[in-house]
Amino acid sequence: MAKMSGAKALIESWKRENVEVIFGISGGALLPIHDILYDSGIRHILARHEQGAAHAADGYARVSGRAGVCMATSGPGATNLVTGIANAYLDSSPVIAFTGQVNTYSATSSYMIGRDAFQEADIIGITTPITKYNFQVKSASEIPKAVQMTFHIATTGRPGPCLVDIPKNTQTEIGEMDFSDKVQIRGYKPNIEPHPVQVKKAVKLLLEAERPIVLAGGGTISANASPELLQIAELLMMPVTTTFMGKGCFPEKHPLSIGNIGMHGTRVANKVILEADVLLAVGTRFQDRSTGTLDDFCPDAKIIHIDIDAGEIGKNVDVEVPIVADAKATLRLIHQQLVSKLRQRENSPWFNRVKELKDKFLSEMDSSKDNLKPANLLKTLRKILPENAIIATEVGQNQMWAALHFQALKPRTFISSGGLGTMGFGFPASLGAKVACPSCPVVDIAGDGSFRMTEQELGTSVTEDIPVIVVVLNNSMLGMVAQWQRLFYNRKYAAVKLGSVPDFVKLAEAYGAQGFRARSLEEFSNAMKKALKNEVTTVIDIPISPEDNVFPMVPPGKGLKDTIAGM
Amino acid sequence: MANEHNHIISTIVEHKPGVLYTVANLFRRRNFNIENISVGPAEEVGLARMTITVRGDDRTIEQVVKQLNKLIDVIKVTRLDPDHIVTRELALIKVNAPNPKVRSDLINYADIFRARVVDVSSESLMVEITGTSDKVDAFIDIMKPFGVKEVARTGITALSRGAKSAKMEE
Ligand SMILES: Cc1ncc(C[n+]2csc(CCOP(=O)(O)OP(=O)(O)O)c2C)c(N)n1
Repeated sequence: MAKMSGAKALIESWKRENVEVIFGISGGALLPIHDILYDSGIRHILARHEQGAAHAADGYARVSGRAGVCMATSGPGATNLVTGIANAYLDSSPVIAFTGQVNTYSATSSYMIGRDAFQEADIIGITTPITKYNFQVKSASEIPKAVQMTFHIATTGRPGPCLVDIPKNTQTEIGEMDFSDKVQIRGYKPNIEPHPVQVKKAVKLLLEAERPIVLAGGGTISANASPELLQIAELLMMPVTTTFMGKGCFPEKHPLSIGNIGMHGTRVANKVILEADVLLAVGTRFQDRSTGTLDDFCPDAKIIHIDIDAGEIGKNVDVEVPIVADAKATLRLIHQQLVSKLRQRENSPWFNRVKELKDKFLSEMDSSKDNLKPANLLKTLRKILPENAIIATEVGQNQMWAALHFQALKPRTFISSGGLGTMGFGFPASLGAKVACPSCPVVDIAGDGSFRMTEQELGTSVTEDIPVIVVVLNNSMLGMVAQWQRLFYNRKYAAVKLGSVPDFVKLAEAYGAQGFRARSLEEFSNAMKKALKNEVTTVIDIPISPEDNVFPMVPPGKGLKDTIAGM
Repeated sequence: MANEHNHIISTIVEHKPGVLYTVANLFRRRNFNIENISVGPAEEVGLARMTITVRGDDRTIEQVVKQLNKLIDVIKVTRLDPDHIVTRELALIKVNAPNPKVRSDLINYADIFRARVVDVSSESLMVEITGTSDKVDAFIDIMKPFGVKEVARTGITALSRGAKSAKMEE
């Protein structure tokens, strides 16, 4: 036990959780905390908008696998975090937000909770549906426990964002602080170990399967289960498709990789899954963008579903073998049992069939010589970047092109807003990614529309010396929306034309960053190489055709079998 | 929808501010329908029991249980088996009773239903009734012709029969 102020206790608690960095913006209701934080040795990165701070914390979390922390003042600071928190919630990312709040009580003024005080917002009420857990501190001595609980909850089980709301008077109040507690939460005990009977059933199904396939989702990455997944896939010679969130959990250069599934999945993945007889689904929620219409999703396959969240089992699809447990622990056990019963499979008819389809679709792919086709740009980018480079994306066509044409080779190297589809996520997230891995080159694949939403973080990138590269696939359009209008609304381009402002090269320069314009693949390569060498914040503007579409595509309301290859 | 029924779910939650909000919010957000909810302290200090009646098919109810279980402040969720359950609801009903004749009629009805008169004024009577919701409904229907001025119902509360419990286990 020790006596100290709430603010001191907060910083002490952060240190105990090994917090290295906090992304945020200050304000009146955070002054006591910042006063202590300043001398604490924990780095505070001043963002230019709280949404940026939340996304940066999210990018940090996704790359490091640890909690990402952001902080904002009461009222508008807190509400500006909301999009970032919702984004983390839908992608199961362990972001922890700390918010200042008006006083719990004041003897001298109405600056207190419930009085509609200056900059009071009910952030607990607002974030309840988009956090795994949130908590409002009522007295200083609650702070150590609140921090311990939220870090534990955010990072274990199915990860997710948490929020701690800290009224200003509890920051200065002196309390008896107990840091010793080991967290004990009666209502929270994620199940790690799989049920042995279920594992046996899964092994049996996999051994009997003639045409097995893996569908790996984001949960595979949060569980760090890639090595185990690779072992099983290789042992059984089973093709691996990933959901959008799962991209990177299996090396996409691998002969067994068939890329992403879903609305903008590869043709081979969307085809192979229709023929499979057993589906091993790992850490996925079978979201509509992955499955298409449910009746046409792997119609012949029995499903084994591993997920740490019992709520995902049976939510969208009926499964043969549900396993509520940690993906890594489960896959390890499944592999152990498989090895004892099976020799390494050689080329099976199924593998040959998959390979045949893969080659066929590859050869049919649009190999346009047009230099500035997004596919060419992204393939060139892959060649330039080392294996450990991290790609963030914005939302829209840029994102889907990146998913289709940029091969992710390692887990946690492809980060993107899958669930919420938040334009403006990629750039601040790339800053968080760079902070988590300073030695990794970090590139944000952007659309001009999305980049505009959080471009002000160029200020953060330059002043805090967090050099990342933004590649703007600039079609002067809200491209993905325009694509839908082109395909389904008679080319009526309503509310999508952005014009060719701003000049992104000048914009970069205005912030003291580097700007390049690339009008050919060669210019793009050169600009990339300069950016990598100089290690300064760089924006590369690439004018592309506003008529380019993302294909393949499963039209909305259709099934995977209805995948169209192009117009 | 077909196969929709009322199901009673008994939950043990942390007895602290905000929990009711969190639970109610979950129902709203996931498009589940609360028919009825009653809340009060449970057998152990610091815990409350929420008895929630939900309408839906089996798949929905399974999701309700799983999603409730995910809430950190929800400690235990039990779906009560309708064949092994005691349910009760309490209602207070204020009825016009302008003269002695009406008053004695009302008291007779109350006796038949084992309801009790708990307050009397020159103009009205207040009756307390406890029972299943059907019984409470039936009694209110009978009171209607007299002129029901006010009704307050607690909502359904329930426990499973026998030794089995939906209680906190260590
Ligand atoms: C914050 C937000 N607002 C609106 C949308 C809807 N939306 C989805 S994609 C898109 C267009 C994105 O345009 P741009 O960033 O230029 O990328 P492009 O599709 O052209 O590659 C829009 C408006 C969204 N996803 N997020």
